[in-house]
Amino acid sequence: MNISPWLPFEWVVASKFLKEGAIQTTFIISGISIGVAVIVFMSALLTGMQENFVNRVLTGQPHIQLLVHKEVVRPLYSELGVIESPTLQMPLQRFKSIDQWQSVALEVARIPEVSVVSPALSGSALLARGEASRSVSVIGMVPELYFKIIPLPDKIVIGRALITSDSILIGVDLATDLGVGVGDKLQISTGNGSVNTLNVMGIFDLGNKGVNSRNVFIAFRTAQSMFGLIGGASVLDLTLHDVYTAETVARQIETQTGLEADSWIKTNEQFFTAVKAQTTANTAIRLFVALSVGFGIASVLVVSVVQRSREIGILRAMGITRGQVLRVFLLQGGLLGFAGALVGSGLGGSALLLWQKYQRNADGTVMFALTFDTQLLVQTLVLTTLTGLIAAFVPALRAARLDPVVAIRG
Amino acid sequence: MEPSTTKTSITSVLELRGIRKSFNIGKASETEILHGIDLSLMEGEFCAVVGPSGSGKSTLLNTVGLLDRPTSGSLKICGQETSLLTDQGLTGLRGRKIGFVFQYHYLLSAFTAIENVMIPMFADAVFTNASMRERAAFLLESVGLTPWMNSPAAHLSGGQQQRVAIARALAMNPALILADEPTGNLDTKSADGVFDLLQHVCAEQGTTFLFVTHNLLLSSRCKRTIEVIDGQLSKN
Repeated sequence: MNISPWLPFEWVVASKFLKEGAIQTTFIISGISIGVAVIVFMSALLTGMQENFVNRVLTGQPHIQLLVHKEVVRPLYSELGVIESPTLQMPLQRFKSIDQWQSVALEVARIPEVSVVSPALSGSALLARGEASRSVSVIGMVPELYFKIIPLPDKIVIGRALITSDSILIGVDLATDLGVGVGDKLQISTGNGSVNTLNVMGIFDLGNKGVNSRNVFIAFRTAQSMFGLIGGASVLDLTLHDVYTAETVARQIETQTGLEADSWIKTNEQFFTAVKAQTTANTAIRLFVALSVGFGIASVLVVSVVQRSREIGILRAMGITRGQVLRVFLLQGGLLGFAGALVGSGLGGSALLLWQKYQRNADGTVMFALTFDTQLLVQTLVLTTLTGLIAAFVPALRAARLDPVVAIRG
Repeated sequence: MEPSTTKTSITSVLELRGIRKSFNIGKASETEILHGIDLSLMEGEFCAVVGPSGSGKSTLLNTVGLLDRPTSGSLKICGQETSLLTDQGLTGLRGRKIGFVFQYHYLLSAFTAIENVMIPMFADAVFTNASMRERAAFLLESVGLTPWMNSPAAHLSGGQQQRVAIARALAMNPALILADEPTGNLDTKSADGVFDLLQHVCAEQGTTFLFVTHNLLLSSRCKRTIEVIDGQLSKN
């Protein structure tokens, strides 16, 4: 055992003190490791779960939808500023296109956060085959753009996602209700009296019974002619690079275009509240684990200062400064934190691997993808080491302030 | 590398004038332990301090060793007045000019014999790691512990540990070594060995020793003896 030629005095003494109290050091590092492992495991698990939920929610809907504002009746005021008629009748909402939607789409596409803009035309219709009929929500879209937002081709279970002027894609539940398969013909009629016959080209499963039994997809131009809105688009669907910026970007677009912008966060408010609650709970768990780690380190070092007071006194008598004594104990805290974080990250990572190996869906597939976030590991290392340093501050100060005479006398 | 020293130009190593030391100042329990001590020690003196328990010997040693500040009076180490020095200044002066040997060795058990001797040199930027090791090895050789140089301090016998403590006290080549009953915990043979070693160092290196002891046989072997009774020097 030799003093390292390249290590400063404080490092040497701190590491030797820790090494000498091996049992104490092992116990506290084990405690810190368990805490850190919980943080790593919980964080990765919750992040994975959230990403999985968000992906599921966003599989069938765009991040932002731009719509025309609903029509409202403005009250009539007299010259004196008094409302003439206090009774206002809610107007009927006309089916109309976004004004100059092409230029709006170009303007929105220039926003850096926006990744894809896809025009669509959606309305209600009646789908019939023989005596069976179902009311459906028709979405007319441009497949080249829309499929970048909703990956329909990936969701096709029978047939293929081919959109032509006379083809239609329907959900698995609607296909069962109407008793149709790929290649069958369906009659579609809209409120304005238009009736068309379309071929079932593909049957999709978006993982949501409501969507599978209500939504149907047809070509954009077919929808325009069916709903009598030639050249129009009733909605612009958007995807963003970062799904969590949807609400902010929606507000920005609303101000910029004057259109109504509904973000997925707004339309799934309850879900998003749950996600936020989960994040808060995760933060609280991290905080409490960090606190327990901090108090654990502090208590071990307080005991160490008491145990080593004579040694501290003798070091001071030999000309070792208060600052050097302070640093010896701060370093011990930092080293304990760092070692605990290192072992804990390994433990947490192993626990995640085991979880992924043994927790499977009924069909044997991975329940959801877990990501090993390097940033999380680095953050954990840095924060735990900092926690160790902070926790060691009070014991270190106590050690540095020890009166050498009292310390040596014991 | 030898630490810098001005021993050749200074003959007075320690000078106390009217040193008083009180505890619990301003409280009802205020007690004055040292009542105006005057004492001078020259370079190379070996001075024993005797006196009954509680007479103020250890307080005198702590004050001289700059571990405690006197309540009043003048204390000069190698001609430097210490009353105006900051805590850092006192620590620096203590590290450079004063060595301690206590009744118990107080070696750091996590360190080897040589590492314990190297510790005081860490506080001085003059030393490189190699020069620290070289000097520590030389000092351990001079106290006859070369074979045990790399043994953990805890594995040495009581006499060997005290010899390491003496080597550690000599690490900075101090002008003054304060020894507080360094033979108190040793058997007669080891005690004689340690005392002889201290006297040898004094004679060889010209280091001044202030040596507290209850052992009258040892004190009788010192060239100079002072007796502290009730916080005053009764025999000098």
